[in-house]
Amino acid sequence: MPAAISVNSLRKSFGDFEAVRGVSFEVKTGEVFGFLGPNGAGKTTTINMLCTLSKPSGGSAEVAGFDVATARDDVRRHIGLVFQDQTLDGYLTAAQNLELHAELYGVERRLVEPRMRQVMEMVGLWERRDSQVMTFSGGMRRRLEIARGLMHSPRVLFLDEPTIGLDPQTRASIWGYIRELQRQEEITIFMTTHYMDEAEFCGRIAIMDHGEIVVLDTPTALKEGVGADRVRITTADDEAAIRELAERFDLEAGISEEAVSFYVPEGEAFVPRLFAELGVPIRSVNLSRPTLDDVFMSHTGSTIRDAEEDGRKNNNRVAAQMLSGARR
Amino acid sequence: MSVSVPADGGAPNSGTAVVRVHVPARSLRSELRAIKVVWRRELIRFRADRLRIVTSLVQPLLFLFVLGSGLQQLSSASTHGVDLKTFIYPGILCISVMFTAMFSAASIVWDREFGFMREMMVAPIRRSSIVVGKCLGGATVASSQGLILLALAWAVHVPYSVTLVLGVFALQLLLAFSITAFGVMVAARIKQIQSFMGVMQLVIMPMFFISGALFPVTNLPGWLAVLNRLDPLTYAVAPMRTLVFDHLGLSKAAEAALNPGITWFGWTVPTALEIFVIFALGMTMLGIAIWEFSAGE
Repeated sequence: MPAAISVNSLRKSFGDFEAVRGVSFEVKTGEVFGFLGPNGAGKTTTINMLCTLSKPSGGSAEVAGFDVATARDDVRRHIGLVFQDQTLDGYLTAAQNLELHAELYGVERRLVEPRMRQVMEMVGLWERRDSQVMTFSGGMRRRLEIARGLMHSPRVLFLDEPTIGLDPQTRASIWGYIRELQRQEEITIFMTTHYMDEAEFCGRIAIMDHGEIVVLDTPTALKEGVGADRVRITTADDEAAIRELAERFDLEAGISEEAVSFYVPEGEAFVPRLFAELGVPIRSVNLSRPTLDDVFMSHTGSTIRDAEEDGRKNNNRVAAQMLSGARR
Repeated sequence: MSVSVPADGGAPNSGTAVVRVHVPARSLRSELRAIKVVWRRELIRFRADRLRIVTSLVQPLLFLFVLGSGLQQLSSASTHGVDLKTFIYPGILCISVMFTAMFSAASIVWDREFGFMREMMVAPIRRSSIVVGKCLGGATVASSQGLILLALAWAVHVPYSVTLVLGVFALQLLLAFSITAFGVMVAARIKQIQSFMGVMQLVIMPMFFISGALFPVTNLPGWLAVLNRLDPLTYAVAPMRTLVFDHLGLSKAAEAALNPGITWFGWTVPTALEIFVIFALGMTMLGIAIWEFSAGE
């Protein structure tokens, strides 16, 4: 089967800033592919290029067999999109929003009604089809957007942070739909997320940081690849503890989320040695098998939350610049 | 986190066959369908927003009845027995569609701010279809609003006739289309609804006052005469006034004083050319609006 998406050294710069620095990957037909990374890593920029919403500065990409730069309309006919921010018309009813979509995409008239029923039943909104969208909750709107993205039977569905800002129950139900879709419609799903626990549901994930793909594999393989357990300790003197760990055990430790953390193979056997030999009093120990957080940490050197913090500071600066620019 | 479809999520209909649809390649037919649906959306939204129908009538009615009745006492000597309300009525028919058409154009800024624009921008259709649908929608909405004012003709001593109704409606449609095109053109550049409204106020009010909607366009001071001839709205108010006055059977003196016609360096501009000016301006602005929207990524 041909690849649903194939990307070759894709780049995007905004002025001097390189948002995406040459990424390459392939997504197989029928796969659920996840793009994982902190905010500002370049996920949305990449997705925008794949959806033909923004032009690549370099490299190439094909979606559903069509080039995103030269066959924009063909790409658009075969993809569905669910954006991070909502794009529904609140004044229209749920059904009117979907009809409008079907008209814009030229869906055959006699199929509009049955298709609408199918996608709305899937997300549990068929009963509410005649309500104005402005009366819907955030979760209902997101579900409706997913239904709308599916109205024209796309071959590839792009979901940009589909579960951001939603309560756990709605998040779970959205994952239910994604699984159902994969089973029923052989649709390829390309999604971005910065929730580690959700990335676990993807067939394969690519971790993106600073505009580059740092690693790409199945979640299981990625976790096995870490090959070490994570130990997190709190001590009386963290600085001293880090020094001691380096000198006595030859381990590189760092502070993340207010604890000294480091990786060792066979963590259980190491903990007793740690208590016996570390010259600094230990207050608590936490030993864990590798998670995707650790995968992220081992490839980027920081946890995703720390990366978000840095990113947020950056974003604030950009926002401040934009504001002052607007005033001028 | 457990993955299960909650009760309200409705059981996935695994039993039934999947309804598959197909998106055809772009064609003239699909573009027309897109134009139609963008147009229909304007109408649905207008119907849903009854408050807007009422509020956009307030200003024209104030001008017509308050200003018209109030100034009547000062001006009765020079209007040759014509009620001032009758005189400014054609101008009011023009501004009522202007205000509504402006609101329609504003919705494009609104759509962008609230994300809906993106839904239209990523569809496999030309940007020009979106712009044309939007302008036609604005024109339809504004001229239906104009019908309400047309219904008030009796209150300003203008008798009804089929030609009057059809003529006024056609002129309003043309004017509304051009104003919406102008608004959409401006909207392409402005990202915030507040600034858009500000710019529009800045343009629309002077255009209205200079156009001759409230005064005859003869014997104006030189600077005002120049501005008046440059104001596009002048060329909508003049044919509208001719159309209405043709139904009144006014004396020659009254006609000459109140509807002297527009002159360019002493040459009287024919009504057909006046209408063409509005049409040509509308088309030019539509062209610019389409170009602006197609150029964006």
